[in-house]
Amino acid sequence: MDHTEFVRGGTGLSGKDVEQNKIFTVDDALNCRYTWDTGVAIGRYLEELKNGKIIAKKCNKCRRIMLPPRMFCELCYCPSDDWVYVEDTGVVNTFSVCQVNWDATRVEPGQNPHLPAVIEIDGATQGMGILHLLGEVETDKIFIGMKVKAVWKPAEERTGAITDIKYFKPY
Amino acid sequence: MRKVGVVGAGMTNFIRRAQETPKELSYQATRAALDSCDLNLEDIESVAHGSAPDAFDGIHQKGEYLADGCGGWNKPTMRVFVGGATGVHALAHGWYHIASGMFDTCLVVCEEKMSSAMPHAQAFFLTIFDNITERPLQPTLLWIFAMEMNRYMNTYGYTKEDMAKVAVKNKNQGIKHPSSQFNEEVTLEDVLNSEVMAYPVNRLDVSPVSDGAVAVVLAAEHVARRVTDKPVWVEGVGWNLDTAYWATRDLYYPRYLEKASKMAYDMAGITEPAKQIDIAEPYDPFDYKALHHMEGLQLSPPGKTVELLNDGHFDQDGNLPMCPSGGLLGVGNPIAAAGTMKVAELFWQLRGEAGERQVPGKPKYGVCQAWGDLMQVSSVAVLGI
Repeated sequence: MDHTEFVRGGTGLSGKDVEQNKIFTVDDALNCRYTWDTGVAIGRYLEELKNGKIIAKKCNKCRRIMLPPRMFCELCYCPSDDWVYVEDTGVVNTFSVCQVNWDATRVEPGQNPHLPAVIEIDGATQGMGILHLLGEVETDKIFIGMKVKAVWKPAEERTGAITDIKYFKPY
Repeated sequence: MRKVGVVGAGMTNFIRRAQETPKELSYQATRAALDSCDLNLEDIESVAHGSAPDAFDGIHQKGEYLADGCGGWNKPTMRVFVGGATGVHALAHGWYHIASGMFDTCLVVCEEKMSSAMPHAQAFFLTIFDNITERPLQPTLLWIFAMEMNRYMNTYGYTKEDMAKVAVKNKNQGIKHPSSQFNEEVTLEDVLNSEVMAYPVNRLDVSPVSDGAVAVVLAAEHVARRVTDKPVWVEGVGWNLDTAYWATRDLYYPRYLEKASKMAYDMAGITEPAKQIDIAEPYDPFDYKALHHMEGLQLSPPGKTVELLNDGHFDQDGNLPMCPSGGLLGVGNPIAAAGTMKVAELFWQLRGEAGERQVPGKPKYGVCQAWGDLMQVSSVAVLGI
């Protein structure tokens, strides 16, 4: 017996069928708004970013210096302990050169691609990386293991957000 | 735990935009699965269904909306949702319904319609990232795939050509699948020269956006033997979830998948998976993911997988056929449904009903796997005959 008779339905339409109103469609646009509380740990993290510093939190049980900071250690499942300032330098664990925007539109010709990277921050436990962006670097000069340093917004422009660091650049 | 058999399977075509609604797609797949084993809805005692983000459809609590399309009317019906891992997770979920002794029959149905989201479903992935520390950077899901692929290739010295070979293999294999979204062969050059999306990811390294649904029928052993003379047994199920702090673990190796697969292998009594498994259907939304997952599934030594690929080890007639269905790259990727397509593929392969895609010999064990969320969750099932 062959299974092909148990494939049914899934009638293909093209984009034109929709654009030219060849089928009935109904349009809607949701507009969702939220006000998120940042919590204790991330609240402090953001406050320190506004001061131009990166702060982590230590678990005295597993001794990890955790970034982003958290109020409990998810491995030991106990409250975390001391606040610890870490450096604003680190090492590129991995990266991409991305020509696609978040909404799937493409970066316009002549515009800079997005340069996301996982950066292992100096002073945090090895492997505790954060997602951020790279800048002031030729795309073909980026490599895994590259040392980078935060480029901060001017103090008066910082708002207490991850974007208070504009990007990380090689140093 | 009672023994659970898969006794029927059905699916829709996978297409970029389906005229049918999510409910209609679910109905088509479910009806086909019931017809494949000559059962009717009154023979079914429970329904385990799955679908990925509600945001794709813009219909909140999609599980309840979908239920009657899945045969869930007036029945104990439960939806599972673990992102891309949903398709195999739903099988584990349905397995429990029967293994526990609670029900004798269960429908497992997974559906996804990604085309309603305008202009592109990709935009909704923004909201899976951490809302405070990551979303302000405007990430796309491509970022973490691209960064995982880069880290993976860099760790083992694999090249973009190596990864592209998987896309060529799976896409050309998928043409043989009657549900496939594609009908044109691709070459290595096509993949390498396709649009650069996010280095090292090119357009053809990625599976397409799809609509579709897949259903399988599960039954307790005494029912399964009555319904068919070739039940396919669910020998083992496993799943595991790592932390959402995805940037704090090294992406080159999916540790959570190793744990999920060990759970499934232990249940199945599989001690040497690379020798005992005859067919593998690893989750392949991107070409590199198939190889990454073969390593996590303990089916290939980390760092040696490209060598095995080049030797034809993973071909349809190789020692360990990988993605004989064509996978997500070759058939299509309606997220939750894509994982269940892999379950259906093992069902057909182990029964010798896979037509042009049939792997030779008499395969005894197959493993299928799905994966999702922030590089953090995997579901695994071992099927056997």
